[in-house]
Amino acid sequence: MASSTHTTARSTASDTARGLDAGRRRHQRGKARGGRSGLASTVLLLGAVYCIIPVVWVVVAASKSPGELFTTFSFAPGASLLENIATLSSYDGGRFWQWGLNSLFYAGLGALLSTLVSAMAGYGLAKFTFRGREVLFSIVLAGVLVPGIVVAVPQYLLLARAGLAGSYWSVLLPVIINPFGIFLARVFAAAAVPDDTLEAARLDGAGEARTFVAIALPMMTQGLVTVFLLQFVGIWNNFLLPFIMLSDQDKYPMTLGLYSFLAKGAGDSDLYPLILTGSALSVIPLIALILFLQRYWRTDLLAGGLKG
Amino acid sequence: MSVVDQRPGRPAATRSSRGGSRGGSVGGAWRLRRGLAPWAFVAPAAVFFTLFLLLPIGYAVHLSLRGYRVQGGGAFGRREEAFVGLENYTAALTDPEFAAGLGRVLLYGMISVPTVLGFALLFALLLDTPAVRARSFSRTAIFMPYAVPGVIASLLWGFMYLPSTSPMNYLATRLGAGPLDFFSTPFLYFSMANIALWSGVGFNMIIIYTSLRAIPTEIYEAARIDGADERQIALRIKIPLVAPALVLTGLFSIIGTFQLYSEPATLRPLTNTISSTWVPLMKIYQEAFDNDNLGGAAAASVILAVGTLVLSSLILRFFQRTTFGGDR
Repeated sequence: MASSTHTTARSTASDTARGLDAGRRRHQRGKARGGRSGLASTVLLLGAVYCIIPVVWVVVAASKSPGELFTTFSFAPGASLLENIATLSSYDGGRFWQWGLNSLFYAGLGALLSTLVSAMAGYGLAKFTFRGREVLFSIVLAGVLVPGIVVAVPQYLLLARAGLAGSYWSVLLPVIINPFGIFLARVFAAAAVPDDTLEAARLDGAGEARTFVAIALPMMTQGLVTVFLLQFVGIWNNFLLPFIMLSDQDKYPMTLGLYSFLAKGAGDSDLYPLILTGSALSVIPLIALILFLQRYWRTDLLAGGLKG
Repeated sequence: MSVVDQRPGRPAATRSSRGGSRGGSVGGAWRLRRGLAPWAFVAPAAVFFTLFLLLPIGYAVHLSLRGYRVQGGGAFGRREEAFVGLENYTAALTDPEFAAGLGRVLLYGMISVPTVLGFALLFALLLDTPAVRARSFSRTAIFMPYAVPGVIASLLWGFMYLPSTSPMNYLATRLGAGPLDFFSTPFLYFSMANIALWSGVGFNMIIIYTSLRAIPTEIYEAARIDGADERQIALRIKIPLVAPALVLTGLFSIIGTFQLYSEPATLRPLTNTISSTWVPLMKIYQEAFDNDNLGGAAAASVILAVGTLVLSSLILRFFQRTTFGGDR
């Protein structure tokens, strides 16, 4: 290979150079590497500060009274945090907490059902040979590339015909299908569930459903946690779908609720502290959840996905 | 995949004795069940896929070919729904507002996608540098905004841009630089791209970093012996090897760009530089729900979806040839 000759030539040259004044060079290189990792650490820490600042800012802003918000220095905390939370909790009949529960319901149940459907389909596509399998998989791949939200308007019209528009179902049902989740589940089933084990279970007399639940699902758990978390965050962050589907404020998820606050308070800066307090309260539990669950992420699954 | 199956296989003896005890008729039933099994597993996904993706897409295409025609003529003509061919498509494609929206999304994408991916790659490479300090703190902090919904991220930054509450403005005024207008037109694209950077850099960084970790370290050792420094290793070895992850993240960023909606919608109440049809999806929403022009909205949706699909397939095909050519 051409590259290996090239490498050999290079290494011979550097060997000679090293032989000439090895001591000095080693010293220099050590220094250079120390300096570079110092620079690397600094750049990374700047990135970390950039990511943290808006969250710190909103928590500080949530502690200010309406007057303080516009007059005091941005990062000087006020003393009105509890008062703001109390006002927010009673505002508009305490809808804020209802929105939080709704988000939890949509994201939790939606992601759970979505993961189950994806796991079954991924397992079926990975572990069985049947006619039409390749066609089905191509359709799933095309589905990954279709921007899901573009179909939100026709979804609404169809659900309206079925009498479901505006109900909890209208936000829950469309998020159950997740082509990327099926794709990942297939990659993971292919890698984590050996054919021999399945064959052994079948020969032991286990039916197909039992084999899936008792043997394959536990082996796929790690990958499925990733599918679940991706979909959970996706639903939690979703805005346009509930925006199109829902009109009853009591069914709003958090994102839509806070948006409606802002739209209402556009000319009314007295609402700003409430919006900021609401943002702070909604952000913190989710960040805590993500930090806690971070260790269960199988990001190698995502990174390796394209090769599969 | 780095998954290693830890389960020991069952002893062969059990396998053959159980298998042997089955009668012919049971074997037949078993085979039938096995034949149906894959369909049973795929069925729920197929049902939801059909109901919530295929059917809406078909319905959108159907609607896009229909519109209102005035029947009978004169002042007494009735408006009736009818097949109008490609009229809605020509209307959407020649609509200056829709075209302007597409133009804004493209401009925004040309700023945000390279910035997000560039910083994600930079941070991932730095995380992978030996002897870097506070590695897990930085990684976690940069990933954290992934947990913040787009609407909330836009709210946070929106208030940080808003002249009366902006900390940047506070500092700028103190330093005598005068108030900054983050919402004025050329600046607005960068303000919005900054929200995309803040929200997206960590997730993309993690994906790239994970594929960096999968590279065998012997390659670096060999390169170091050959006299390569960390920068050369990053440029000549690491970046080419994580190209598939870059393509994946780039593809998702581009698909996401065309779906831009919550950021401009959330910033809109804070400024009047963002019109009600600023991006294509806002225009589609307005046509469907405010102007009751379902055909036009459907045609615009189809154009947007097909455009995204074609663009992302082209990108995928192009990069699959160049980055995976030798791999497969």
